[in-house]
Amino acid sequence: MKWYVSLLKLRVFQGLQYRTAALAGVATQFFWGAISIMVFLAFYGDTPQINGFTKEHLITYIWLQQSFLVFIVLWLRDSELFELIRTGNIAYELCRPLNIYGYWYTKLLSTRLSGALLRCIPLLLVAFIMPGPYGLNLPASPKLAILFIITLLFGVLINVALSMFIYISVFVTLSPMGSLLIFSVIGEFFSGLILPIPLMPEPLRNVVLLLPFRYTGDLPFRIYSGNLTEVEMLWGICIQLFWLLALPLLGNHLMNKALKRLVVQGG
Amino acid sequence: MILTFKYAKMWLKSQLEYRTSFILLCIGQFFVPFFVFIGLYLLFDRFENLAGWSFSEVAFLYGTIHIAFSISEALVRGFDSFSGLIMSGNFDRILVRPRSTALQVLGSKFEFTRIGRLIQGVLIFSWAIQNIDVQWTALKLICAFGMIIGGVFIFSGLFIIFATFSFWTIQGLEIANIFTDGGREMSQYPLSIYAKPVQKFFTYVVPFALVNIYPLNFILERPGYTHILYAFIPYVGILFIFPALLFWSFGVKRYKSTGS
Repeated sequence: MKWYVSLLKLRVFQGLQYRTAALAGVATQFFWGAISIMVFLAFYGDTPQINGFTKEHLITYIWLQQSFLVFIVLWLRDSELFELIRTGNIAYELCRPLNIYGYWYTKLLSTRLSGALLRCIPLLLVAFIMPGPYGLNLPASPKLAILFIITLLFGVLINVALSMFIYISVFVTLSPMGSLLIFSVIGEFFSGLILPIPLMPEPLRNVVLLLPFRYTGDLPFRIYSGNLTEVEMLWGICIQLFWLLALPLLGNHLMNKALKRLVVQGG
Repeated sequence: MILTFKYAKMWLKSQLEYRTSFILLCIGQFFVPFFVFIGLYLLFDRFENLAGWSFSEVAFLYGTIHIAFSISEALVRGFDSFSGLIMSGNFDRILVRPRSTALQVLGSKFEFTRIGRLIQGVLIFSWAIQNIDVQWTALKLICAFGMIIGGVFIFSGLFIIFATFSFWTIQGLEIANIFTDGGREMSQYPLSIYAKPVQKFFTYVVPFALVNIYPLNFILERPGYTHILYAFIPYVGILFIFPALLFWSFGVKRYKSTGS
Protein backbone atom coordinates (compact mmCIF):
# COMPACT_ATOMS: atom_id res chain seq x y z
CA MET A 1 0.00 0.00 0.00
CA LYS A 2 2.85 2.36 0.89
CA TRP A 3 4.23 1.87 -2.61
CA TYR A 4 1.01 2.88 -4.22
CA VAL A 5 0.67 6.00 -2.08
CA SER A 6 4.13 7.26 -2.94
CA LEU A 7 3.56 6.40 -6.58
CA LEU A 8 0.33 8.35 -6.48
CA LYS A 9 2.03 11.37 -4.93
CA LEU A 10 4.82 11.30 -7.46
CA ARG A 11 2.46 11.08 -10.39
CA VAL A 12 0.15 13.78 -9.13
CA PHE A 13 3.06 16.21 -8.86
CA GLN A 14 4.18 15.22 -12.31
CA GLY A 15 0.70 15.89 -13.65
CA LEU A 16 0.60 19.30 -12.00
CA GLN A 17 3.37 20.45 -14.34
CA TYR A 18 1.06 20.66 -17.33
CA ARG A 19 -0.44 23.99 -16.39
CA THR A 20 -0.78 25.62 -19.80
CA ALA A 21 -2.57 22.63 -21.23
CA ALA A 22 -4.93 22.72 -18.27
CA LEU A 23 -5.61 26.40 -18.82
CA ALA A 24 -6.69 25.70 -22.38
CA GLY A 25 -8.91 22.97 -21.01
CA VAL A 26 -10.45 25.41 -18.56
CA ALA A 27 -11.35 27.82 -21.35
CA THR A 28 -12.92 25.05 -23.43
CA GLN A 29 -14.89 23.66 -20.53
CA PHE A 30 -16.07 27.09 -19.49
CA PHE A 31 -17.40 27.73 -22.98
CA TRP A 32 -19.00 24.31 -23.03
CA GLY A 33 -20.66 24.85 -19.68
CA ALA A 34 -22.00 28.26 -20.64
CA ILE A 35 -23.43 26.96 -23.92
CA SER A 36 -25.08 23.95 -22.27
CA ILE A 37 -26.65 26.11 -19.61
CA MET A 38 -28.09 28.47 -22.22
CA VAL A 39 -29.52 25.55 -24.19
CA PHE A 40 -31.10 23.92 -21.14
CA LEU A 41 -32.46 27.20 -19.85
CA ALA A 42 -34.05 27.80 -23.25
CA PHE A 43 -35.64 24.37 -22.99
CA TYR A 44 -36.91 25.09 -19.49
CA GLY A 45 -38.48 28.37 -20.57
CA ASP A 46 -41.11 29.09 -17.92
CA THR A 47 -41.22 25.56 -16.52
CA PRO A 48 -40.15 25.89 -12.88
CA GLN A 49 -39.02 22.29 -12.33
CA ILE A 50 -38.92 18.78 -13.81
CA ASN A 51 -39.05 15.84 -11.38
CA GLY A 52 -38.03 18.20 -8.60
CA PHE A 53 -35.02 19.36 -10.62
CA THR A 54 -35.09 23.16 -10.79
CA LYS A 55 -33.14 25.57 -12.97
CA GLU A 56 -30.80 26.28 -10.04
CA HIS A 57 -30.16 22.56 -9.60
CA LEU A 58 -29.47 22.31 -13.30
CA ILE A 59 -26.97 25.18 -13.37
CA THR A 60 -25.11 23.73 -10.39
CA TYR A 61 -25.12 20.34 -12.08
CA ILE A 62 -23.60 21.66 -15.30
CA TRP A 63 -20.90 23.77 -13.64
CA LEU A 64 -19.85 20.92 -11.38
CA GLN A 65 -19.79 18.56 -14.35
CA GLN A 66 -17.46 20.89 -16.20
CA SER A 67 -15.28 21.58 -13.16
CA PHE A 68 -14.79 17.91 -12.39
CA LEU A 69 -14.99 16.65 -15.94
CA VAL A 70 -11.77 14.66 -15.60
CA PHE A 71 -13.43 12.74 -12.77
CA ILE A 72 -16.36 11.56 -14.84
CA VAL A 73 -15.37 11.10 -18.48
CA LEU A 74 -14.12 7.77 -19.70
CA TRP A 75 -12.38 9.01 -22.85
CA LEU A 76 -9.45 10.41 -20.90
CA ARG A 77 -6.73 8.03 -21.96
CA ASP A 78 -3.17 7.23 -21.14
CA SER A 79 -1.64 6.46 -24.53
CA GLU A 80 1.52 5.29 -22.77
CA LEU A 81 -0.32 2.22 -21.49
CA PHE A 82 -1.77 1.43 -24.91
CA GLU A 83 1.69 1.69 -26.40
CA LEU A 84 3.04 -0.70 -23.77
CA ILE A 85 0.52 -3.31 -24.79
CA ARG A 86 0.92 -2.74 -28.52
CA THR A 87 4.70 -2.68 -28.63
CA GLY A 88 5.23 -5.51 -26.20
CA ASN A 89 7.07 -3.36 -23.69
CA ILE A 90 4.54 -4.59 -21.20
CA ALA A 91 7.09 -7.31 -20.51
CA TYR A 92 9.00 -4.78 -18.41
CA GLU A 93 5.89 -3.89 -16.49
CA LEU A 94 5.39 -7.51 -15.60
CA CYS A 95 8.85 -7.61 -14.07
CA ARG A 96 7.91 -5.02 -11.46
CA PRO A 97 7.25 -6.33 -7.97
CA LEU A 98 3.81 -4.74 -7.97
CA ASN A 99 0.40 -5.98 -8.97
CA ILE A 100 0.02 -4.59 -12.46
CA TYR A 101 -3.67 -3.79 -11.96
CA GLY A 102 -2.88 -1.79 -8.85
CA TYR A 103 0.04 -0.09 -10.55
CA TRP A 104 -1.97 1.04 -13.58
CA TYR A 105 -4.93 1.95 -11.43
CA THR A 106 -2.73 4.27 -9.36
CA LYS A 107 -1.25 5.80 -12.48
CA LEU A 108 -4.65 6.54 -13.99
CA LEU A 109 -5.99 7.84 -10.70
CA SER A 110 -3.12 10.28 -10.35
CA THR A 111 -3.71 11.69 -13.84
CA ARG A 112 -7.30 12.40 -12.94
CA LEU A 113 -6.48 13.90 -9.55
CA SER A 114 -3.89 16.30 -10.91
CA GLY A 115 -6.11 17.16 -13.87
CA ALA A 116 -9.01 18.01 -11.60
CA LEU A 117 -6.84 19.95 -9.14
CA LEU A 118 -5.59 22.17 -11.93
CA ARG A 119 -8.92 22.73 -13.59
CA CYS A 120 -11.56 22.83 -10.89
CA ILE A 121 -10.32 25.87 -8.97
CA PRO A 122 -10.35 28.41 -11.81
CA LEU A 123 -13.57 26.95 -13.19
CA LEU A 124 -15.38 27.00 -9.85
CA LEU A 125 -14.20 30.54 -9.18
CA VAL A 126 -15.51 31.80 -12.48
CA ALA A 127 -18.74 29.85 -12.04
CA PHE A 128 -19.30 31.44 -8.60
CA ILE A 129 -18.95 34.97 -9.91
CA MET A 130 -20.99 34.46 -13.07
CA PRO A 131 -23.76 37.05 -13.27
CA GLY A 132 -27.39 36.49 -12.39
CA PRO A 133 -29.01 33.26 -13.51
CA TYR A 134 -25.78 31.62 -14.65
CA GLY A 135 -23.94 31.66 -11.33
CA LEU A 136 -23.06 28.64 -9.22
CA ASN A 137 -24.47 28.58 -5.68
CA LEU A 138 -22.71 27.35 -2.57
CA PRO A 139 -23.61 23.86 -1.29
CA ALA A 140 -27.01 23.74 0.34
CA SER A 141 -25.52 22.99 3.78
CA PRO A 142 -22.10 22.18 5.35
CA LYS A 143 -23.19 18.59 5.89
CA LEU A 144 -23.99 18.27 2.20
CA ALA A 145 -20.66 19.82 1.30
CA ILE A 146 -18.83 17.09 3.21
CA LEU A 147 -20.99 14.38 1.70
CA PHE A 148 -20.35 15.90 -1.72
CA ILE A 149 -16.60 15.63 -1.32
CA ILE A 150 -16.80 12.05 -0.05
CA THR A 151 -19.07 10.86 -2.85
CA LEU A 152 -17.04 12.75 -5.43
CA LEU A 153 -13.88 10.91 -4.35
CA PHE A 154 -15.69 7.57 -4.33
CA GLY A 155 -16.92 8.53 -7.79
CA VAL A 156 -13.46 9.02 -9.25
CA LEU A 157 -12.36 5.69 -7.76
CA ILE A 158 -15.29 3.99 -9.51
CA ASN A 159 -14.52 5.80 -12.73
CA VAL A 160 -10.89 4.70 -12.79
CA ALA A 161 -12.01 1.11 -12.16
CA LEU A 162 -14.36 1.46 -15.13
CA SER A 163 -11.72 2.92 -17.40
CA MET A 164 -9.39 0.01 -16.53
CA PHE A 165 -11.70 -2.21 -18.57
CA ILE A 166 -10.78 -0.24 -21.68
CA TYR A 167 -7.11 -1.03 -21.15
CA ILE A 168 -7.88 -4.67 -20.44
CA SER A 169 -9.87 -4.92 -23.66
CA VAL A 170 -6.84 -3.74 -25.62
CA PHE A 171 -5.10 -7.00 -24.71
CA VAL A 172 -7.67 -8.67 -26.93
CA THR A 173 -8.21 -6.09 -29.68
CA LEU A 174 -4.74 -4.47 -29.75
CA SER A 175 -6.27 -1.22 -31.01
CA PRO A 176 -7.72 1.05 -28.34
CA MET A 177 -9.80 3.25 -30.61
CA GLY A 178 -12.86 1.07 -30.97
CA SER A 179 -13.44 0.11 -27.37
CA LEU A 180 -12.48 3.57 -26.23
CA LEU A 181 -15.12 5.16 -28.43
CA ILE A 182 -17.91 2.75 -27.70
CA PHE A 183 -17.16 2.60 -23.99
CA SER A 184 -16.95 6.34 -23.60
CA VAL A 185 -20.08 7.06 -25.62
CA ILE A 186 -22.17 4.70 -23.53
CA GLY A 187 -20.56 5.91 -20.32
CA GLU A 188 -21.06 9.53 -21.26
CA PHE A 189 -24.73 9.03 -21.91
CA PHE A 190 -25.44 6.99 -18.79
CA SER A 191 -23.46 9.26 -16.49
CA GLY A 192 -25.67 12.18 -17.44
CA LEU A 193 -23.08 14.16 -19.36
CA ILE A 194 -25.25 14.53 -22.45
CA LEU A 195 -28.57 14.84 -20.71
CA PRO A 196 -28.78 15.33 -16.93
CA ILE A 197 -30.27 12.19 -15.44
CA PRO A 198 -33.23 13.88 -13.70
CA LEU A 199 -34.43 15.05 -17.13
CA MET A 200 -34.52 11.54 -18.57
CA PRO A 201 -37.83 9.69 -18.89
CA GLU A 202 -38.79 7.32 -16.08
CA PRO A 203 -37.90 3.93 -17.70
CA LEU A 204 -34.48 5.16 -18.76
CA ARG A 205 -33.78 6.54 -15.29
CA ASN A 206 -34.50 3.12 -13.80
CA VAL A 207 -31.91 1.58 -16.11
CA VAL A 208 -29.40 4.28 -15.24
CA LEU A 209 -29.76 3.56 -11.52
CA LEU A 210 -28.64 -0.01 -12.12
CA LEU A 211 -25.47 0.94 -13.99
CA PRO A 212 -22.29 2.18 -12.32
CA PHE A 213 -21.81 5.27 -14.52
CA ARG A 214 -24.24 7.50 -12.69
CA TYR A 215 -22.43 7.11 -9.39
CA THR A 216 -19.34 8.93 -10.63
CA GLY A 217 -20.83 12.37 -11.15
CA ASP A 218 -24.59 12.54 -10.98
CA LEU A 219 -24.81 11.45 -7.35
CA PRO A 220 -22.27 13.89 -5.86
CA PHE A 221 -23.55 16.81 -7.95
CA ARG A 222 -27.09 16.33 -6.81
CA ILE A 223 -26.02 15.93 -3.21
CA TYR A 224 -24.25 19.29 -3.55
CA SER A 225 -27.37 21.10 -4.67
CA GLY A 226 -29.63 19.35 -2.15
CA ASN A 227 -31.68 17.70 -4.86
CA LEU A 228 -31.73 14.30 -3.13
CA THR A 229 -33.53 13.07 -0.01
CA GLU A 230 -31.68 11.50 2.93
CA VAL A 231 -32.75 8.01 1.88
CA GLU A 232 -31.65 8.52 -1.71
CA MET A 233 -28.28 9.79 -0.54
CA LEU A 234 -27.69 6.85 1.80
CA TRP A 235 -28.72 4.34 -0.84
CA GLY A 236 -26.48 6.08 -3.35
CA ILE A 237 -23.46 5.82 -1.09
CA CYS A 238 -24.16 2.14 -0.39
CA ILE A 239 -24.32 1.39 -4.10
CA GLN A 240 -21.15 3.39 -4.62
CA LEU A 241 -19.40 1.17 -2.08
CA PHE A 242 -20.70 -1.91 -3.84
CA TRP A 243 -19.27 -0.83 -7.22
CA LEU A 244 -16.10 0.27 -5.52
CA LEU A 245 -15.51 -3.32 -4.45
CA ALA A 246 -17.01 -5.20 -7.39
CA LEU A 247 -15.38 -3.36 -10.29
CA PRO A 248 -11.71 -3.66 -9.24
CA LEU A 249 -12.23 -7.32 -8.29
CA LEU A 250 -13.69 -8.09 -11.68
CA GLY A 251 -11.08 -5.98 -13.45
CA ASN A 252 -8.21 -7.65 -11.64
CA HIS A 253 -9.60 -11.06 -12.47
CA LEU A 254 -10.02 -10.26 -16.17
CA MET A 255 -6.59 -8.72 -16.34
CA ASN A 256 -4.92 -11.77 -14.86
CA LYS A 257 -6.79 -13.90 -17.35
CA ALA A 258 -5.64 -11.72 -20.23
CA LEU A 259 -2.06 -11.74 -18.97
CA LYS A 260 -2.01 -15.50 -18.83
CA ARG A 261 -2.78 -15.66 -22.52
CA LEU A 262 -0.36 -12.88 -23.33
CA VAL A 263 2.51 -13.72 -25.63
CA VAL A 264 5.17 -11.07 -25.98
CA GLN A 265 7.04 -11.26 -29.24
CA GLY A 266 10.49 -10.03 -30.02
CA GLY A 267 13.73 -9.90 -28.15
CA MET B 1 -7.41 18.98 -58.42
CA ILE B 2 -6.28 15.67 -59.87
CA LEU B 3 -3.49 15.64 -57.34
CA THR B 4 -5.99 16.06 -54.51
CA PHE B 5 -7.88 13.00 -55.71
CA LYS B 6 -4.68 11.00 -55.86
CA TYR B 7 -3.83 12.01 -52.31
CA ALA B 8 -7.33 11.10 -51.20
CA LYS B 9 -7.27 7.73 -52.92
CA MET B 10 -3.95 6.91 -51.36
CA TRP B 11 -5.23 7.73 -47.89
CA LEU B 12 -8.41 5.76 -48.36
CA LYS B 13 -6.38 2.70 -49.35
CA SER B 14 -4.00 3.05 -46.44
CA GLN B 15 -6.80 3.50 -43.92
CA LEU B 16 -8.64 0.47 -45.24
CA GLU B 17 -5.59 -1.63 -44.52
CA TYR B 18 -6.55 -1.61 -40.84
CA ARG B 19 -10.04 -2.77 -41.57
CA THR B 20 -11.37 -3.62 -38.10
CA SER B 21 -10.03 -0.43 -36.62
CA PHE B 22 -11.47 1.53 -39.54
CA ILE B 23 -14.92 0.02 -39.15
CA LEU B 24 -14.92 0.47 -35.38
CA LEU B 25 -13.90 4.09 -35.78
CA CYS B 26 -16.69 4.64 -38.28
CA ILE B 27 -19.18 3.09 -35.89
CA GLY B 28 -17.85 5.28 -33.11
CA GLN B 29 -18.11 8.35 -35.31
CA PHE B 30 -21.70 7.37 -35.95
CA PHE B 31 -22.70 6.79 -32.35
CA VAL B 32 -20.93 9.65 -30.57
CA PRO B 33 -23.15 12.31 -32.14
CA PHE B 34 -26.09 9.94 -32.36
CA PHE B 35 -26.31 9.72 -28.59
CA VAL B 36 -26.34 13.50 -28.48
CA PHE B 37 -29.26 13.35 -30.84
CA ILE B 38 -31.07 10.86 -28.60
CA GLY B 39 -30.52 13.33 -25.77
CA LEU B 40 -32.04 16.03 -27.94
CA TYR B 41 -35.04 13.86 -28.69
CA LEU B 42 -35.57 13.14 -24.99
CA LEU B 43 -35.36 16.83 -24.20
CA PHE B 44 -38.09 17.61 -26.73
CA ASP B 45 -40.07 14.72 -25.37
CA ARG B 46 -39.91 16.37 -21.97
CA PHE B 47 -40.29 20.05 -22.86
CA GLU B 48 -42.15 19.89 -26.21
CA ASN B 49 -40.43 22.92 -27.69
CA LEU B 50 -37.25 24.93 -27.43
CA ALA B 51 -38.17 28.59 -27.06
CA GLY B 52 -40.79 28.10 -29.78
CA TRP B 53 -38.70 25.92 -32.10
CA SER B 54 -39.97 22.46 -32.87
CA PHE B 55 -38.04 19.20 -32.82
CA SER B 56 -37.97 18.81 -36.61
CA GLU B 57 -36.64 22.35 -37.04
CA VAL B 58 -33.80 21.73 -34.63
CA ALA B 59 -33.18 18.30 -36.18
CA PHE B 60 -32.88 20.03 -39.55
CA LEU B 61 -30.20 22.38 -38.23
CA TYR B 62 -28.55 19.47 -36.50
CA GLY B 63 -28.41 17.44 -39.71
CA THR B 64 -26.95 20.22 -41.83
CA ILE B 65 -24.25 21.22 -39.38
CA HIS B 66 -23.15 17.63 -38.80
CA ILE B 67 -22.95 16.92 -42.53
CA ALA B 68 -20.93 20.09 -43.02
CA PHE B 69 -18.63 19.34 -40.11
CA SER B 70 -17.92 15.76 -41.11
CA ILE B 71 -17.14 16.65 -44.71
CA SER B 72 -14.89 19.45 -43.60
CA GLU B 73 -13.13 17.33 -40.98
CA ALA B 74 -12.55 14.49 -43.45
CA LEU B 75 -11.10 16.78 -46.11
CA VAL B 76 -9.20 19.34 -44.09
CA ARG B 77 -7.89 16.95 -41.46
CA GLY B 78 -4.37 17.68 -42.72
CA PHE B 79 -4.65 21.19 -41.30
CA ASP B 80 -6.13 19.92 -38.06
CA SER B 81 -3.07 17.77 -37.42
CA PHE B 82 -0.72 20.30 -38.99
CA SER B 83 1.19 21.11 -35.80
CA GLY B 84 2.69 17.62 -36.08
CA LEU B 85 4.26 18.56 -39.41
CA ILE B 86 5.78 21.67 -37.88
CA MET B 87 7.09 19.89 -34.82
CA SER B 88 8.77 17.14 -36.80
CA GLY B 89 10.25 19.63 -39.26
CA ASN B 90 8.54 17.85 -42.14
CA PHE B 91 7.03 21.10 -43.32
CA ASP B 92 10.44 21.97 -44.78
CA ARG B 93 10.02 19.16 -47.26
CA ILE B 94 6.69 20.54 -48.33
CA LEU B 95 8.21 23.96 -48.93
CA VAL B 96 10.72 22.69 -51.47
CA ARG B 97 8.15 20.91 -53.62
CA PRO B 98 6.78 22.72 -56.68
CA ARG B 99 3.16 22.76 -55.53
CA SER B 100 1.23 25.13 -53.31
CA THR B 101 1.71 24.53 -49.59
CA ALA B 102 -2.00 24.62 -48.82
CA LEU B 103 -2.67 21.84 -51.31
CA GLN B 104 0.08 19.65 -49.92
CA VAL B 105 -0.98 20.11 -46.32
CA LEU B 106 -4.51 19.33 -47.41
CA GLY B 107 -3.23 16.11 -48.94
CA SER B 108 -1.11 15.23 -45.92
CA LYS B 109 -4.12 13.55 -44.33
CA PHE B 110 -7.67 12.59 -45.18
CA GLU B 111 -9.80 11.06 -42.48
CA PHE B 112 -12.36 8.75 -44.04
CA THR B 113 -13.67 7.41 -40.76
CA ARG B 114 -15.72 10.58 -40.57
CA ILE B 115 -18.15 8.83 -42.86
CA GLY B 116 -19.80 7.52 -39.70
CA ARG B 117 -20.74 11.01 -38.61
CA LEU B 118 -21.68 11.89 -42.16
CA ILE B 119 -24.11 8.99 -42.35
CA GLN B 120 -25.84 9.93 -39.12
CA GLY B 121 -26.01 13.55 -40.31
CA VAL B 122 -27.56 12.50 -43.61
CA LEU B 123 -30.07 10.23 -41.89
CA ILE B 124 -31.22 12.95 -39.54
CA PHE B 125 -31.20 15.53 -42.30
CA SER B 126 -33.43 13.41 -44.55
CA TRP B 127 -35.77 12.66 -41.70
CA ALA B 128 -35.99 16.34 -40.80
CA ILE B 129 -36.55 17.49 -44.38
CA GLN B 130 -39.63 15.28 -44.61
CA ASN B 131 -41.04 16.07 -41.20
CA ILE B 132 -40.37 19.78 -40.96
CA ASP B 133 -43.50 21.83 -41.55
CA VAL B 134 -42.38 23.39 -44.84
CA GLN B 135 -43.62 23.53 -48.44
CA TRP B 136 -40.37 22.77 -50.23
CA THR B 137 -39.59 24.86 -53.30
CA ALA B 138 -36.51 24.85 -55.52
CA LEU B 139 -35.31 28.02 -53.86
CA LYS B 140 -35.62 26.56 -50.39
CA LEU B 141 -33.73 23.45 -51.42
CA ILE B 142 -30.96 25.64 -52.84
CA CYS B 143 -30.91 27.38 -49.50
CA ALA B 144 -30.76 24.11 -47.53
CA PHE B 145 -27.97 22.84 -49.76
CA GLY B 146 -26.15 26.12 -49.24
CA MET B 147 -26.26 25.62 -45.48
CA ILE B 148 -24.13 22.52 -45.95
CA ILE B 149 -21.74 24.11 -48.46
CA GLY B 150 -21.35 27.27 -46.41
CA GLY B 151 -20.82 25.20 -43.28
CA VAL B 152 -18.07 23.15 -44.93
CA PHE B 153 -16.22 26.32 -45.89
CA ILE B 154 -16.60 27.96 -42.49
CA PHE B 155 -15.29 24.90 -40.66
CA SER B 156 -12.46 24.48 -43.18
CA GLY B 157 -11.54 28.13 -42.74
CA LEU B 158 -11.39 27.62 -38.97
CA PHE B 159 -9.17 24.56 -39.32
CA ILE B 160 -6.81 26.51 -41.59
CA ILE B 161 -6.69 29.52 -39.28
CA PHE B 162 -5.81 27.43 -36.25
CA ALA B 163 -3.26 25.45 -38.23
CA THR B 164 -1.62 28.74 -39.15
CA PHE B 165 -1.28 29.67 -35.50
CA SER B 166 1.00 26.70 -35.00
CA PHE B 167 3.62 28.46 -37.12
CA TRP B 168 4.14 30.56 -34.02
CA THR B 169 3.06 28.29 -31.22
CA ILE B 170 4.56 25.07 -32.69
CA GLN B 171 2.08 23.06 -30.63
CA GLY B 172 -1.51 22.79 -31.66
CA LEU B 173 -3.97 24.99 -29.81
CA GLU B 174 -6.54 23.23 -27.74
CA ILE B 175 -8.52 26.46 -27.67
CA ALA B 176 -9.33 25.79 -31.32
CA ASN B 177 -11.86 23.22 -30.16
CA ILE B 178 -14.06 26.01 -28.87
CA PHE B 179 -14.57 27.21 -32.41
CA THR B 180 -14.65 23.94 -34.31
CA ASP B 181 -16.26 21.39 -31.99
CA GLY B 182 -17.88 24.15 -29.97
CA GLY B 183 -19.18 25.86 -33.09
CA ARG B 184 -20.69 22.60 -34.22
CA GLU B 185 -22.38 21.85 -30.89
CA MET B 186 -23.65 25.38 -30.69
CA SER B 187 -25.08 25.63 -34.17
CA GLN B 188 -27.10 22.48 -33.67
CA TYR B 189 -29.57 24.85 -32.10
CA PRO B 190 -31.01 28.10 -33.45
CA LEU B 191 -28.55 30.83 -32.45
CA SER B 192 -31.41 32.96 -31.14
CA ILE B 193 -31.58 30.94 -27.91
CA TYR B 194 -28.16 32.17 -26.76
CA ALA B 195 -27.19 35.30 -24.88
CA LYS B 196 -26.67 38.39 -27.06
CA PRO B 197 -22.83 38.55 -26.92
CA VAL B 198 -22.58 34.92 -28.00
CA GLN B 199 -24.98 35.55 -30.88
CA LYS B 200 -23.02 38.58 -32.03
CA PHE B 201 -19.71 36.76 -31.90
CA PHE B 202 -20.99 33.89 -34.00
CA THR B 203 -22.57 36.25 -36.49
CA TYR B 204 -19.87 38.85 -37.08
CA VAL B 205 -16.61 37.12 -36.12
CA VAL B 206 -17.21 33.49 -36.97
CA PRO B 207 -20.24 33.64 -39.25
CA PHE B 208 -22.15 30.53 -38.20
CA ALA B 209 -25.36 32.56 -38.28
CA LEU B 210 -25.12 32.52 -42.09
CA VAL B 211 -25.74 28.79 -42.12
CA ASN B 212 -28.00 28.73 -39.10
CA ILE B 213 -30.65 31.21 -38.14
CA TYR B 214 -30.96 33.26 -41.36
CA PRO B 215 -31.53 30.40 -43.79
CA LEU B 216 -33.74 28.59 -41.28
CA ASN B 217 -35.96 31.63 -40.95
CA PHE B 218 -36.11 31.91 -44.73
CA ILE B 219 -37.07 28.25 -45.16
CA LEU B 220 -39.77 28.63 -42.50
CA GLU B 221 -40.99 31.84 -44.18
CA ARG B 222 -40.72 33.82 -40.97
CA PRO B 223 -41.79 37.45 -41.41
CA GLY B 224 -38.89 39.69 -42.35
CA TYR B 225 -36.94 36.85 -43.89
CA THR B 226 -38.96 36.24 -47.06
CA HIS B 227 -36.71 38.22 -49.43
CA ILE B 228 -35.32 36.04 -52.19
CA LEU B 229 -31.74 37.01 -51.34
CA TYR B 230 -31.98 35.16 -48.03
CA ALA B 231 -31.97 31.92 -50.03
CA PHE B 232 -28.39 32.63 -51.04
CA ILE B 233 -27.12 33.92 -47.74
CA PRO B 234 -25.56 30.60 -46.67
CA TYR B 235 -23.34 30.75 -49.74
CA VAL B 236 -21.74 33.88 -48.32
CA GLY B 237 -20.11 31.50 -45.83
CA ILE B 238 -17.83 30.35 -48.65
CA LEU B 239 -16.08 33.71 -48.47
CA PHE B 240 -14.82 32.83 -45.00
CA ILE B 241 -12.17 30.63 -46.61
CA PHE B 242 -10.41 33.61 -48.24
CA PRO B 243 -9.19 35.46 -45.15
CA ALA B 244 -8.23 32.05 -43.78
CA LEU B 245 -6.07 31.28 -46.81
CA LEU B 246 -4.62 34.77 -46.73
CA PHE B 247 -3.65 34.28 -43.11
CA TRP B 248 -2.17 30.95 -44.06
CA SER B 249 0.12 32.40 -46.72
CA PHE B 250 1.13 35.11 -44.26
CA GLY B 251 2.05 32.35 -41.81
CA VAL B 252 4.03 30.42 -44.41
CA LYS B 253 6.12 33.53 -45.12
CA ARG B 254 6.91 33.91 -41.43
CA TYR B 255 7.79 30.26 -41.00
CA LYS B 256 11.01 29.41 -39.20
CA SER B 257 11.96 25.78 -39.23
CA THR B 258 12.23 23.92 -35.93
CA GLY B 259 14.66 21.24 -36.97
CA SER B 260 17.83 20.54 -38.79
